[in-house]
Amino acid sequence: MAPERITRADVEHVAHLARLALTEPEIEELTGQLGDILGYAAQVSALDLTEVPPTAHPLPLVNVFRPDEARPGVDRDEVLAQAPATENNRFRVPRILGEARG
Amino acid sequence: MSTREVSKAWEAVIGLEVHVELATATKLFCSCANEFGAEPNTNVCPVCLGLPGSLPVLNERVVEFALRLGEAFEFSVPAQSIFHRKNYFYPDMPKDYQVSQYDAPICVDGTLIVDGTAIGIERAHMEEDTGKSLHVGGSGRIHEADHSLVDYNRAGVPLMEIVSRPEMHSAEQARGYVSALRGVLGVIGVSDVKMEEGSMRVDANVSIRPVGSDELRTRVEVKNMNSLRSLGRAIDYEIARQIEMYETDERIVQETRHWDEDAGVTHGMRTKEGSEDYRYFPEPDLVPVAPDDSMRARARASIPELPAARRVRLVSEWGIADHEAAVLLAEPGLADYAEGAVAAGASGHDATNWSVGAVLGYLNENALAPQGLLLRPDGLAELIGLVSDGSLNRKLATDVLDEALRDGKRPKQIVEARGLAQVSDEGAVGALVDDVFAQNSDAVADWRGGDDKLKKKKRGFLMGEVIKASKGSADTAVLNRLLDEKLNG
Repeated sequence: MAPERITRADVEHVAHLARLALTEPEIEELTGQLGDILGYAAQVSALDLTEVPPTAHPLPLVNVFRPDEARPGVDRDEVLAQAPATENNRFRVPRILGEARG
Repeated sequence: MSTREVSKAWEAVIGLEVHVELATATKLFCSCANEFGAEPNTNVCPVCLGLPGSLPVLNERVVEFALRLGEAFEFSVPAQSIFHRKNYFYPDMPKDYQVSQYDAPICVDGTLIVDGTAIGIERAHMEEDTGKSLHVGGSGRIHEADHSLVDYNRAGVPLMEIVSRPEMHSAEQARGYVSALRGVLGVIGVSDVKMEEGSMRVDANVSIRPVGSDELRTRVEVKNMNSLRSLGRAIDYEIARQIEMYETDERIVQETRHWDEDAGVTHGMRTKEGSEDYRYFPEPDLVPVAPDDSMRARARASIPELPAARRVRLVSEWGIADHEAAVLLAEPGLADYAEGAVAAGASGHDATNWSVGAVLGYLNENALAPQGLLLRPDGLAELIGLVSDGSLNRKLATDVLDEALRDGKRPKQIVEARGLAQVSDEGAVGALVDDVFAQNSDAVADWRGGDDKLKKKKRGFLMGEVIKASKGSADTAVLNRLLDEKLNG
């Protein structure tokens, strides 16, 4: 089953979600390129995969854990020195629209 | 609670999403301390700050806790579960995505018994918490703020999100669900489950439908309730709002609404339609979790008796009422306290009465947990012993208990120090009755000449005078008998 062709609207939607400001020629170009990439990956659909479970991870590994033991993190001054702006030992960010999610 | 009457023609359909912060020593994917109230941005590292090149490694204790949930709520635990990235831009998540579980959660299809009814739990999954934002300027509300300040100590703290099926039909039932859930999470030791401190957060999905229908209509998600009380109020409000909208032919839109505790209303939040496209994809930096038999067995072995089973046992062993057992179990640690008193010799019936009465009252007044009481369970048993052997009447015992709870002294010590021991000696009580009769001869004469109603009134008065004269120490059983003998004699 071949996937539907990527449209210009798809590219604009994804660009918005990724907060990318694309120019007209870029939208044109990417619509073609993304379509080609997905088309290439879609070759897999030609195979009969009914017996193959979906792959979530390429490595044959499960259960990689770490013990629940605390270690000191990074020095706060060093961390905050990387921030564009700080206030009261916190990262200062522009006003946020909408409420928190997650 | 101000409950609006639900119209007869409508039925509410409620599902709850509960986020519980796990009581681990460290975060979900890094070794930063998981601690409430630390100085801002002191428990952070390259992993939870989302710095390039850092790699997450799963905390084994979180998996252990998730498997305990699996046992406690009778979930199915699939052979493998994986993590996904949930992508969105928001400054409380420095990576610009949250690591969560999407279509392969660790626990599916569970059950919680709420006051005898089984409520389905669709799933429970592991995910990371976000940082904390402080909005500066305006009234502190987000859309009026000038800018925001972010503390990432909480970013990466492990959460379980527990999603019920839409099987509840009233605010009361939703509160019962959260309270039962909290009870179980507390006894299996995975969280301190404090709604007020945010270690347990509840969102409600509410819709309504005509009574008798089984359709699921457009639902509204209500957020920002920080107590059981506000959860109940918010759901009642939302049910009433939706009924009013249907009855005035307005369209209900699927949206998230914010509960305003002070105003007692929900507000729609300005989110653009279609913006909730999180582009989930499997987290490439984490391998699947595949709980094996030994991990499952360890989780099973760590589960103590659960509240629903304990409730049944206490009712049958102690002969107490089901609702009394429910009260005992609703306050974390109180059933242990009562069982401690029983182990020290009290009857289950007495231990329950005192625990759900004076002891619980004292705990609530002083915002204490039973574990913090100065009077230990054997002290309560001692007090109960003093009442059952007739040394103290109930009223005095209440005073003694109050003092014992406040300063931790043994009840026997208090009785001795205050000279409170109950007077059951017939001669002594009889002498008190004689004195009271002599001082109140009018009342005695009124009793002799009175009708039943007056007799009753005067007898009560005389009884009260004797108790007063004995400073509360007269044994009421002896007093009752002597009073009747002397009045009739």
